[in-house]
Amino acid sequence: MRKFFDQELNKLQESLLKMGAMVEDVIDLAINSLINQDIKKAGEVIKLDDKVDDIEVEIEKKCLELIVLQQPRAKDLRKISSILKIITDLERIGDHGVNIAKITKKIGNEEFIKPLVDIPKMAELAKKMVKNSINSFLNEDIDLAKEVAIMDDEVDDIYESIYVELLEMLSENKDIMEQVTYLLFIGRYLERIGDHTTNICERIIYMVDGERMSY
Amino acid sequence: MNKTKLSVKNLNLFYGDFQALKNIDLEVESNKITALIGPSGCGKSTFLKTLNRMNDLVENVKIEGKVTLDGEDVYNNIDVIKLRKRVGMVFQKPNPFPMSIYDNVAYGPRAHGIKRKSKLDEIVETSLKQAAIWDEVKDRLNQNALGLSGGQQQRLCIARALAVNPEVLLMDEPTSALDPIATQKIEELTEELKEKYTIVIVTHSMQQAGRISDNTAFFLLGEVIEFSETAKIFSNPEDKRTEDYITGRFG
Repeated sequence: MRKFFDQELNKLQESLLKMGAMVEDVIDLAINSLINQDIKKAGEVIKLDDKVDDIEVEIEKKCLELIVLQQPRAKDLRKISSILKIITDLERIGDHGVNIAKITKKIGNEEFIKPLVDIPKMAELAKKMVKNSINSFLNEDIDLAKEVAIMDDEVDDIYESIYVELLEMLSENKDIMEQVTYLLFIGRYLERIGDHTTNICERIIYMVDGERMSY
Repeated sequence: MNKTKLSVKNLNLFYGDFQALKNIDLEVESNKITALIGPSGCGKSTFLKTLNRMNDLVENVKIEGKVTLDGEDVYNNIDVIKLRKRVGMVFQKPNPFPMSIYDNVAYGPRAHGIKRKSKLDEIVETSLKQAAIWDEVKDRLNQNALGLSGGQQQRLCIARALAVNPEVLLMDEPTSALDPIATQKIEELTEELKEKYTIVIVTHSMQQAGRISDNTAFFLLGEVIEFSETAKIFSNPEDKRTEDYITGRFG
């Protein structure tokens, strides 16, 4: 039944999987280029994000086509509407990767005011959240989606401690103001990545059982 | 829940040994459009006809349970002619009588004893206006109704049903024989009509049910599987069988 439609829906899911993997790469590349102060690699982040933007448009187009041509209903409709929302969050996550890369370009040649510990930890968590959210989408695994949403608390906690730590350093030495601000921005971008991923998880829960949940 | 117009309780209907309707419970809300969907042969039309006793003349039919119209038992101590005046019907295929447009609409009021020309003129005009066909036919009321297009014929049939001032309008796939433009006109019309009337419509088009109805009942093998708000049925149905049917994965 509805063989063609099911095939199209599968292709759409594959594209979403691809977009998710690309966004993971964006975060990975952004953080690695920051840690290694590799300005060239930071430039690649921006190029990779362009591809994320392209695939977002492609997926959106396919979703709209399926809606107008196939008139999806019930769970099919919830799935397509969820994909439409999820790609917006993924695209925003990609943008935050670019924001981080742009900062790397600015501070890539100066010495860090402190060894980066928490920021890589946050990035690792954020990446894991994105990966698991896409997996929970594919397997319609609500438990995993809930787990990911809860991981966001951990990201928020790290951001909070980065904030406190950097402000303390700043109060002792005003000369580091610029880098402190940039590092705070990076913390904020990673924190936002966590938030967008949480949105994705809420969409997945809605898609699977029609329940609205808010984390 | 708004005011209930028609209430159906534990309704069973048999054609001889065959049970066509099984334990139907359904409340039709006043001034709302209730859509009945489901695969062919699932009992939608049979159910529709129980609401104004159109099944009475079917041979070997046996009906159990209760149908009430504004609390009044439809199957007990009621004048069937009066019932059908209150609960009118429009069929799948436009079926104007082979007479003039005017006489088609005036047929019901005349049968109910209205003879005065000025009164009949008024009813004909109002009914045709309500059915959104007045402007198209006002200059040729005396022409044969069979000369109208299919979409016009169907709106004429709606006008004919409205002419006796019913409270409920039953529509059995009223647009399945019409083109998209005529269909759209009828759909817009139902939206206007529900201000004055309660509408129950059988439709095979789920898009149509989605577009025009407030509540939807899904029928399967003579049972109502699910009945709820249309938006709920089409976005998040409770029953797997409803889900399978409306997403086209049935069977």
